[in-house]
Amino acid sequence: MPDRIRRRTPKIKEMTLIKTTYNRRSFLKCSVLAGGGMMLGFSWLASCKPTPEQVRSMPKEWFEINGYLKIGDNGRVTIMSPNPEIGQNVKTSMPMIVAEELDTDWNEVIVEQAPLNTAIFKRQLAGGSQSIRQGWEALRMAGATARHMLVMAAAEVWQVPAEEITTEARTLFHKTSDKSMGYGEVASAAAKLPIPEEVKLKDVKDFKIIGTSRKNVDGLKIVTGQPLYGLDIQKEGMLIAMIAHPPAFGLQLKSVDDTEAKKMPGIKDVFTIQTFNEDYKKSAFDNCSFTNLVVVVGNTTWEVMQAKKALKIEWDRSPAIEEQMDIFGRTMDVRFPAGLESSGAHREAMVEKAGIKQNVVRKDGNPEAVFKKAAKVIERSYSCPFLAHNCMEPMNFFADVMEDKAVLNGPVQTPEFMERSVAERLGLPLEKVDIQMTRMGGGFGRRLYGHFLTEAGVISQRMKAPIKLVYTREDDMTTGIYRPAYHAFYRAALDKDNNLIAFHVRAGGIPESPLAANRFPAGGVDNYLAEDWSIDSNITVGAFRAPRSNFIAGAEQSFLDEVAEEAGKDPIEFRLELLKRAQENPVGEYNDYEADRYSGVLELVREKSNWGQEQDGIHRGVSAYFCHNSYVAQVLDMTIENDKPVVQKVTAAIDCGIVVNPDAATNLAEGGAVDGIGHAMYSGLTFKDGVAEQNNFDRYRLIRYSEAPKEIETHFVQSNIDPTGLGEPPFPPIMGALANALYKATGQRHYHQPFITEKAVVG
Amino acid sequence: MANFNLNINGKKQQIDLDPTTPMLWVLRDHFKLVGTKYGCGISQCGACTIHLGDNAVRSCQLPVSAVGEQAITTIEGLSENGDHPVQKAWLEEDVYQCGYCQAGQIMNASAFLKSNPNPTDEQIETAMNGNICRCGTYTRIKKAIKKAAAHIENI
Repeated sequence: MPDRIRRRTPKIKEMTLIKTTYNRRSFLKCSVLAGGGMMLGFSWLASCKPTPEQVRSMPKEWFEINGYLKIGDNGRVTIMSPNPEIGQNVKTSMPMIVAEELDTDWNEVIVEQAPLNTAIFKRQLAGGSQSIRQGWEALRMAGATARHMLVMAAAEVWQVPAEEITTEARTLFHKTSDKSMGYGEVASAAAKLPIPEEVKLKDVKDFKIIGTSRKNVDGLKIVTGQPLYGLDIQKEGMLIAMIAHPPAFGLQLKSVDDTEAKKMPGIKDVFTIQTFNEDYKKSAFDNCSFTNLVVVVGNTTWEVMQAKKALKIEWDRSPAIEEQMDIFGRTMDVRFPAGLESSGAHREAMVEKAGIKQNVVRKDGNPEAVFKKAAKVIERSYSCPFLAHNCMEPMNFFADVMEDKAVLNGPVQTPEFMERSVAERLGLPLEKVDIQMTRMGGGFGRRLYGHFLTEAGVISQRMKAPIKLVYTREDDMTTGIYRPAYHAFYRAALDKDNNLIAFHVRAGGIPESPLAANRFPAGGVDNYLAEDWSIDSNITVGAFRAPRSNFIAGAEQSFLDEVAEEAGKDPIEFRLELLKRAQENPVGEYNDYEADRYSGVLELVREKSNWGQEQDGIHRGVSAYFCHNSYVAQVLDMTIENDKPVVQKVTAAIDCGIVVNPDAATNLAEGGAVDGIGHAMYSGLTFKDGVAEQNNFDRYRLIRYSEAPKEIETHFVQSNIDPTGLGEPPFPPIMGALANALYKATGQRHYHQPFITEKAVVG
Repeated sequence: MANFNLNINGKKQQIDLDPTTPMLWVLRDHFKLVGTKYGCGISQCGACTIHLGDNAVRSCQLPVSAVGEQAITTIEGLSENGDHPVQKAWLEEDVYQCGYCQAGQIMNASAFLKSNPNPTDEQIETAMNGNICRCGTYTRIKKAIKKAAAHIENI
């Protein structure tokens, strides 16, 4: 049976005609390049730096658009990739979408990383698995508008009706008169034409580039070691800077003796900085652990590392902090208690919270009464530790701050937000701050919080020189920003016929809850109760690949496995029954998933994994989850070799709408599975008196080659629905499949991550 | 400070610096060969792997004073045009996601295949276990190594 398991009408309106000008205030910029050729940019008032008057006159709905391309007089096409590249491969897949509508030959396209430019591009952010989803229409329109203008220019040259002109591979054709010419020949004329008010987008069935596998545009540079990353930046006169952070959460700088350090070879200066101005209201992405910092600046990395060790610093206890932050336009109070926290006390506090009634977020039916009369009640608790993101490229940034302008370059997922932050701190207008983007050695959410960019700016301004701020691995791992520690308590009630009649989740964490109250199985159970709670902490947390889902998916999917077992039902069949109920007669006012797509991936993975045809010695677990607009189901096959669990195979079924670049998408899905297995099985960050007990990869265990699945098979649901997220969705559910397979293999249920805590011996 | 004569990617180089400086920083800061990556600084992740003679070594733990006459090869010097069989296999399999660890993976795999051109799965596991890929491209690394081994056999 083919992957096309169901045909469906796209829920999103058919897009053939797209208006390019929603009103006169939005505009496309088109300019003739010196030496011929055309440059086409899209600019929308919504993304310009508007005056307050303009903001008020803006319509509510704006196109989420921005694409930008150049066509040379020789027909060469350069497409800018607007969004930050963290390994999710948008630098290849976003330009592919533009190239599709432009009708160019992909192999001839030059792709360039766009700098931050809020006047041209919008949402230049890597996060929430949204780059392709939110860029989709904009990128298509970028290509289609350019193509339209080339056609109009050719119609003028040939004196034929535009409707008779076709395009393919950078070439315009007028078949009836047997004429043809390259895009480059009319690019200059096209650039002088008015911007069309409407453009026609292709039918999905006519795609030639989207849906075909294309290699990573940076591949050759990666395998030959060319400079691509922030840490690789070199500039004449550039100095290296490092920061000495407090050794524990709950401590702050008291005094520093830099006498020895300053005398060391290659050292230029030692000083302290404040990352933010006193009266500055931080945004969500200014989140950071320590803001009063000792900085060492010198000629080379090794010299600065040595001098940093020679600093004599005294620390004292930081007070409790209450401050206001601007969280996406809303002012919110945030609290960081004083004290030196430890993981043992954290665990006790979480268990205590889980044992008492908490804040009710959703309630359907009468769960309390139903639990009392149930034939069987199952209760289980799950937990996970803090996690460090551990991007392979430690945090760093380049800054060259001059009198009247600043250039910053490096790895950051939120350049637009950080531009505002650093401009305010440096006392420069926004337009004098130029932020460029490098390829990133991993993101995983860590580089959403760009304090290192601001720190680099402050240091460069002080030194009056270009500097590169470098975090050591230890700095990177021990100074935040982490995945919170979570806990979830579940209860399920079965009637005498083993029907699930009530479901209860009480989930919380330090310092936030992972609860997603309107997700499955909400909607599929008559009596449902969801509660949340949280415990304040001074340990800094933030988004980590699939925030909250990265724990709650595994917990919920492990619990459902156990409930299915108690009910004597096949775990896939059990889920499908609940999803059928949720689809046909949903419980509650709002459920944030589409039950048929959820069932779709479960059915596909059941078929592709040959579920039900068990083999001796192979222990299987299944899991399915919805997050970031996409659906993923995974089956994990495990064997026991030399008393150790070995993951033989992962079979995944994914519904993320149209898949732009299938092989790259498969790569991302494989990585998500490996990442999820690794973190659930081996990883964790623990604290003793505020100190992170793991500070490098000798003690912090990450999954290694020998521990990865021997084989991963990924299947995508064939779909005409506009693409949704993929960076995050394959990561959370595998933790449930892993736990469920471990149970089959060992007879033991694993409730607390990491499942295996022995120390790694490698190196 | 001391004076060192080094042979890096077939080129003779002279440098005067602190003899304890790890080759990682000599390559990156002094010779601008930034393909060799900093990941952990304690030889746990393998991102900084280079060849010392024919052996894969962690350059973060190799002081410049310990190099002596031995030839150093970095990812930039592995081949002229990125056409070493291991690099070609990596390109064919489109292995990388963020790509940061891959120079180290390639340097480790290429030294390993030179000493063992026809490895078993278990031998590959043992050889590659010291190189972390945070993005989780291990299954593709495996495919690329097997493909490279086949290329090498066919040469």
